[in-house]
Amino acid sequence: MRAVVDIPEATRPVRQRPDTEPIAACLLAAPAFALILLLFILPTLAVFVIATTDWQFGARSLSFVGLRNFAELLADSTFRISFANTCLYVLVVVPATTAIGLAVALLIESGQSLRAFYRAVHFLPFMATLAAMAVAWEALLHPTIGLANQTLTALGLPTANWLRDERTVLPVLGLIGIWQNLGFAMVLFLAGLKSIPSELYDASEIDGADGTFDRLRIVTLPMLGPVTMFVVIVVALRAFQTFDTVKILTQGGPAKASEMLLYTLYVESFEFLRTGYGAAVTVVFLAIVVGLTLLQARVMDKRVHYQ
Amino acid sequence: MTAGLTFNGINKSFGGAHVLRQVSLDVASGEFLSLLGPSGCGKSTLLRIIAGLERQDAGTVAIGGRRVDDLRPKQRDIAMVFQSYALYPHMSVADNIALPLRMRRLSGMQRLPLVGGLLPGSRTTQAGIAKEVTRTARALGIESLLARKPGQLSGGQRQRVAVGRAMVRNPAIFLMDEPLSNLDAKLRVQMRAEIKELHRRLGVTFIYVTHDQTEAMTMSDRVAVMAEGEILQVDAPQVIYADPANRKVAEFVGSPKINMLPARFGADLTHAAGTTFDVRARELAGTAGTLGIRPEALHLAEAPGTGIFTGRVRLLEHMGSDLFVHLDLPHDGEGGTLIARLLAERAPQIAFGQTLHLGVRTGRILVFAADGRRVQPDPAPAAVLRSYA
Amino acid sequence: MSLRRLGPVAALARHAVLLASGALMLIPFVWMVSLSLKPPGEIFRAGFSLLPEQWYAVENYSRALTASPLPRYMLNGVLVCGAILSLQIAICAPAAYALAKLRFFGREGLFTLVLIGLLIPHEVLALPLFILAYKLGLLDTYAALIMPFAVSPFGIFLFRQFFKSIPDDIVHAARLDGLSELAIVWRVMLPMAMPAVIAFSIFSIVSHWNDLFWPLIAVRSEQLMPPPLGIMAFKNEEAGSDYGPLMACATLVVAPLVVAFLAAQRWFVEGLGGGVK
Repeated sequence: MRAVVDIPEATRPVRQRPDTEPIAACLLAAPAFALILLLFILPTLAVFVIATTDWQFGARSLSFVGLRNFAELLADSTFRISFANTCLYVLVVVPATTAIGLAVALLIESGQSLRAFYRAVHFLPFMATLAAMAVAWEALLHPTIGLANQTLTALGLPTANWLRDERTVLPVLGLIGIWQNLGFAMVLFLAGLKSIPSELYDASEIDGADGTFDRLRIVTLPMLGPVTMFVVIVVALRAFQTFDTVKILTQGGPAKASEMLLYTLYVESFEFLRTGYGAAVTVVFLAIVVGLTLLQARVMDKRVHYQ
Repeated sequence: MTAGLTFNGINKSFGGAHVLRQVSLDVASGEFLSLLGPSGCGKSTLLRIIAGLERQDAGTVAIGGRRVDDLRPKQRDIAMVFQSYALYPHMSVADNIALPLRMRRLSGMQRLPLVGGLLPGSRTTQAGIAKEVTRTARALGIESLLARKPGQLSGGQRQRVAVGRAMVRNPAIFLMDEPLSNLDAKLRVQMRAEIKELHRRLGVTFIYVTHDQTEAMTMSDRVAVMAEGEILQVDAPQVIYADPANRKVAEFVGSPKINMLPARFGADLTHAAGTTFDVRARELAGTAGTLGIRPEALHLAEAPGTGIFTGRVRLLEHMGSDLFVHLDLPHDGEGGTLIARLLAERAPQIAFGQTLHLGVRTGRILVFAADGRRVQPDPAPAAVLRSYA
Repeated sequence: MSLRRLGPVAALARHAVLLASGALMLIPFVWMVSLSLKPPGEIFRAGFSLLPEQWYAVENYSRALTASPLPRYMLNGVLVCGAILSLQIAICAPAAYALAKLRFFGREGLFTLVLIGLLIPHEVLALPLFILAYKLGLLDTYAALIMPFAVSPFGIFLFRQFFKSIPDDIVHAARLDGLSELAIVWRVMLPMAMPAVIAFSIFSIVSHWNDLFWPLIAVRSEQLMPPPLGIMAFKNEEAGSDYGPLMACATLVVAPLVVAFLAAQRWFVEGLGGGVK
């Protein structure tokens, strides 16, 4: 026997109100999503494509040349000098910035008085407009009326035309790089020092490590290890991106002695309008930056385990 | 090896706030003494002063009869276990334990990385240190962990390493600053027994800071109860519990908390909670004060009467073998709540909301004056005693 | 607390070293301001004097403000930085909220894109964006200066981190109170994330006020130049001969950020120090 059962009103499945959350979310995220695609992802892909062409900006035609731009790059003496200069610059600026930044941070943290003042003074160059400060540096390094040469003359030391001399120009740019970035390194180290638990210093004191040197060796420096790696990579990233001082002070000269990667990229792409070639330089630059950033991500990962 | 500890008139303030006032104490050689008190009572500061990590404003500390006020921590023959263990995260367990020995036995030159190992004598010393580290680790059952870093250890294992680092150099005094508070409840019970056992084995003086009365009561030879920068009482755990020196100690020790009833003392009888007690304290006659009654001092009574509380059951908590009864006292006599701890098997079917009578033996009532001071009641007259028999 | 108190000798040595290194850090600033106060005759005379014999500040600064369109440069800087920051917050905050608190298809994918965007330095994008701007006819317009920075992967990332730390219950309560999702972002999330908003604003303003690379590529006309580009143009025109007004110009360009920094040091250190993390 079959019974027709009428489901009572109350037990019928309630019709779900349509879930609007995904729709709202898509609307909220859409502008950012579209802009990231348009302004970051597609241009990056475009760089790789352009790098395989012989396109000159403004030319009507272009053809696929494969990796020829990269081959040309390796053979190009300007690029090789530029690459070598950049590496040399980074190798000088990074260790010096890290070491001085650490020393200043340790000194500031070792006492109570004037902490904020010293921090402000050392951090100032990092946020000051570098283009304007480059102009000030030029006046400072002026061969006749600059403070640098006047001081050296007064002390009876040899002077130099710092920005026009092949031997001095890169070290001088390096000095400016250190001057600009060390406050940044200092701030990161200060944060690192603050995060060392004070019980560790107590423990080391009871264990007998109560001299300044022992405290540094047993507690402070090892505990700063991860921060130091982080500082090294971040400063390296900034050093690889040096542009303003080269553009304003030297234009890569004299005789390409201060030619650096980003400046080469700029000149090839936007002054000579060798678009394909410029894109190849850009790819090299991107590879370096991405490599360093991934290294940094690994270091940060490690820091989690370090605790 | 072991040594006693004396401190006398210790004062300490941080920026105007008095943390310790006139603290004096003698700790016998080989004793296990706990500093017990709520957070902020100054117990950790006192421990840090003993260790030499903090300097007192006034007063003296002596270890083994020798004044140590001008000595650095490493010269004081003490070791310390920290609340967070304070292990060096970049060093292996073996290096953590070895560090205090290295700092003492190797010269500054010998401690230098790389070069140090080549200097005369350093290799023999290092081998000796390694042997002691292994021995200590074996004693604590962490031998298999020696190569690991602290980050790879569990809380209990870290705790053992911290103890090992303190143990390895045979200090005269062990200082422990809430060493169990970062462990879960189960592990805490286990480590409590282990630390007690360690104390028995080493036979040296232990100063143990805790806010946990169970830890203090179960482990210590004597407990110093502290509050607001002062030591309120120093005694064996059972004395602290049964014979507290004042209201604060009575209230801090014991769980559930002691019942405190506002009372008026007459010439012969004492009035509290709407009833009368055979408690007399001549020196308090005519004043107000407090009666303290431990929850387990209360027992069931048949009917209301002198010294019997009557009230309504507000809450019942079954704790297994025990039953906690919360009794609402009538409003005509001050009101308030009374907590009784009864043996569950002896308590008949007590129900929520019913009226209950609870009696207390006169000898178990603690008498406090209005200023919180404990007062011994006068002995009961013979006639009354006889009526009890 | 963490480091033991220094003895008097060590404390003195600390001050000596830090004062010396601090002085070295400040030399370019001091020299710049000093030159901006001097007449040409004194500038080209050998000598160390910090302060001028003859005060020439008024002449130098008025020349800096009149001989070049410096006020225009500064105005451009303010306009561009303001527009970029407003766009970034308007676009990043809703996306960050969606990533932090809502479930939708493609969330993982979008977050991956944000992380990739975080990885790409802006110099890499200059070439394709230059071509894009050219094709759209936007070169040498304000749009060319602003549009490439309309979205900031760093901003999305930072806001997302902060929004995630806000309890879900607050979002639920806001919904029960009848707020739309967009209103939740503006009225609830952003006000609660003020520290992140301030830190990000400082990071964004400092980066774009100081940026030379992209403006150099994007604009040619003087009336569109932001300050760093303007000062470069000024320097090239004057051919390095007229130091007084040039230094006055540099001082004026650096001044706003330096003054803001000294007024709100802690926020700057957090915004820029935490900025790269």
